[in-house]
Amino acid sequence: MVRRSVYPYWFLLPAAVVYGVLFLAPTFASFWFSLTRWTLFESHFVGLDNFVTFFREPALVKGFVNTLIYGVVTSGAKVVLGLLLAVVLTSRIVARGYLRSVVFFPVLVSTIGVGLTFTVLMNPERGLINQVLGAAGVDGPGWLTDPSWALLSVAAVDVWKGVGLATLIYIAGIVSIPQEYFEAARVDGAGAWANFRHLILPLARPATVTVIILSLIGGLRSFDLIWAMTRGGPGFTSDVIASVIYKQYQAGFYGLSTAGNVVLFVVVTAIVLPLSRFLNRKEVEA
Amino acid sequence: MRRFLTASVVLCLALTGCSAGSLGSSEDDGDGVTLTFLVDNSDTNRKLGEGLATAFTAANPGITVKVEIRPQGTEGDNLIKTRLATGDMTDVFQYNSGSLMQALAPAKNLVAVGDQPWAAQLDQNFTTSVTADGKVYAAPFGNYNAGAILYNRAVYARLGLTVPVTWAEFEANNAALKSAGIAPVVQSYGETWTSQLFILGDFHNVSAADPRFAEKYTANQVKYASTPAAVAGFQHLQRVHDAGWTNEDFASAKLDDAIALLAEGKGAHYPILSGIISQLAGTFPDKVDDIGLFAVPGADAAKNGLTVWAPAGVYLPASTTDAKREAALKFLAFVASPAGCDAQTAAAAPQGPFALTGCTLPDSVPQAVKDMQTYLSTPGRSSLALEFLSPVKGPALEQICVEVGSGIRDAKSGAELYDEDVKKQAQQLGLTGW
Repeated sequence: MVRRSVYPYWFLLPAAVVYGVLFLAPTFASFWFSLTRWTLFESHFVGLDNFVTFFREPALVKGFVNTLIYGVVTSGAKVVLGLLLAVVLTSRIVARGYLRSVVFFPVLVSTIGVGLTFTVLMNPERGLINQVLGAAGVDGPGWLTDPSWALLSVAAVDVWKGVGLATLIYIAGIVSIPQEYFEAARVDGAGAWANFRHLILPLARPATVTVIILSLIGGLRSFDLIWAMTRGGPGFTSDVIASVIYKQYQAGFYGLSTAGNVVLFVVVTAIVLPLSRFLNRKEVEA
Repeated sequence: MRRFLTASVVLCLALTGCSAGSLGSSEDDGDGVTLTFLVDNSDTNRKLGEGLATAFTAANPGITVKVEIRPQGTEGDNLIKTRLATGDMTDVFQYNSGSLMQALAPAKNLVAVGDQPWAAQLDQNFTTSVTADGKVYAAPFGNYNAGAILYNRAVYARLGLTVPVTWAEFEANNAALKSAGIAPVVQSYGETWTSQLFILGDFHNVSAADPRFAEKYTANQVKYASTPAAVAGFQHLQRVHDAGWTNEDFASAKLDDAIALLAEGKGAHYPILSGIISQLAGTFPDKVDDIGLFAVPGADAAKNGLTVWAPAGVYLPASTTDAKREAALKFLAFVASPAGCDAQTAAAAPQGPFALTGCTLPDSVPQAVKDMQTYLSTPGRSSLALEFLSPVKGPALEQICVEVGSGIRDAKSGAELYDEDVKKQAQQLGLTGW
């Protein structure tokens, strides 16, 4: 027997139209335009040329490596710091509610605003950070102008800005662990470290999975903060895939940048889908 | 449901009401027409745009010109292309001449104005820069600019230096300046476009070595990396960094910082577009006459000369029709007239000669502009920059220059990378031979 839906089909129509016009059509259009040389004024079919050009782009290799570094570094740091902060903020400390909101505040601030502020703070000669370091007798590096520091400096700001969300997820995960476990552990004579190692860490696993997936996706497609702080510079040294694509778009290579977006879509899917499967399977087995 | 219907009917009425009103006013045979005029948001160009609009409106009471502002650089390029593609462009707009104009598909998006009476008065170099497929598309906006080295004459006088005409002499001056504790070459990679002048401003020297370079370059017969005269620009950029001649904060300095270093004599040379002299005049009015200009030195003293940027243009998009187009043509005729030049001179201090016969500069121009005119008035001592002679210009040159100028990449590999970058642009334009 076919189960009839509770709603008549025309109920679906508005949503279907919105979905079709705003999501399906552009997606298929973008697959088409990625195969053309497109000036916005006219397009002509060039087959897979755009993908060939895109993969030959010297900035792309750098951008690819940088994207991975950026994604892994920010996601890793958010997991570690987020968990530690969550443990602190779920323990009995003074002004707990206030401290929780303080950690979360940077998440709410505009990314571009954060980027511009830190660009000023990180100025090698006139920035507050190096002035403070200088007063302490340390000769600070050119945070955003030294090629070996630029990407990591931006990643650090990203972590500062995003760790609040990770903390929030961890707090929810830790709070949902039944109190009985902690009581039983206390009866068994477990100390703080044993609590953390054998209770919080394994039982907060769903939170860890969420934080890793969210921050890795965020890190892989991150763009706004990098653009606000370095524009991929100095030179191409802090370019990520998204900024390479954006620069091609700015230069008017619309077909090429669309091809880049298709590649980015495939890459993010290829990394996140198996990772999510893997992490979730482990959870079921555990 | 009924309320929704009522609301949408009211909305429709309101919308049609609006458009009928504005249509009505534009069909008034020239009377009461309002033209929108898009200019970029640089200090000078905004003043020029507003000066032209005000003077034109005063002379033509029936037509009002309203200035709108857009961002500069690649963001602005994108905005112009998008608005043209969607038929949403202002009635007239200001934009670069040369390779950037070529990328707008002029035959499709712009109205050719070569048949207008004023077109015969245009300077030949400017006409070349705004011609596509044999048709002229713009009236000149602003002045000729030079890609050259601005230098502090007070510092030169104090150290007894003379203006160099070869790179070797330039190096000798730099060594003397460095031992005197002055940064010989100011660079400002905090604003990446400023990094390109050792390459772009060196083009006179390139074309002196090979007069057909631009033509062969467009046809993909010569490359930067394999032409010694062309790769020299990248080598100079690398040399300046390797020798430690830049200001200490070269990696983070912005245009403002560089101007301050130059004006205060803490830095001696600044390779830049001469147009920034008006910004310098705004911040350091008493130092303007300390600042002179010389062409980027090359290998051959006898052939050294100035690389010149053509003025921007005022364009008429194809989307401007009927009464608005007539009014817009009047506006372009005004821009390309001595009265238009006067309006611009009144709005902002001229940074170089006008591209129109019959327009002269006031006697009170800054020293750097006088130096520029010396080159321009000597035959064979100046050439248009490559971007006005060839549509081929890569978008990543500024990042490449920052890498070469910061010691991240060497000159040879920078030139090779630029050759690759340029290929994409040429293919996008559908040029033959790429």
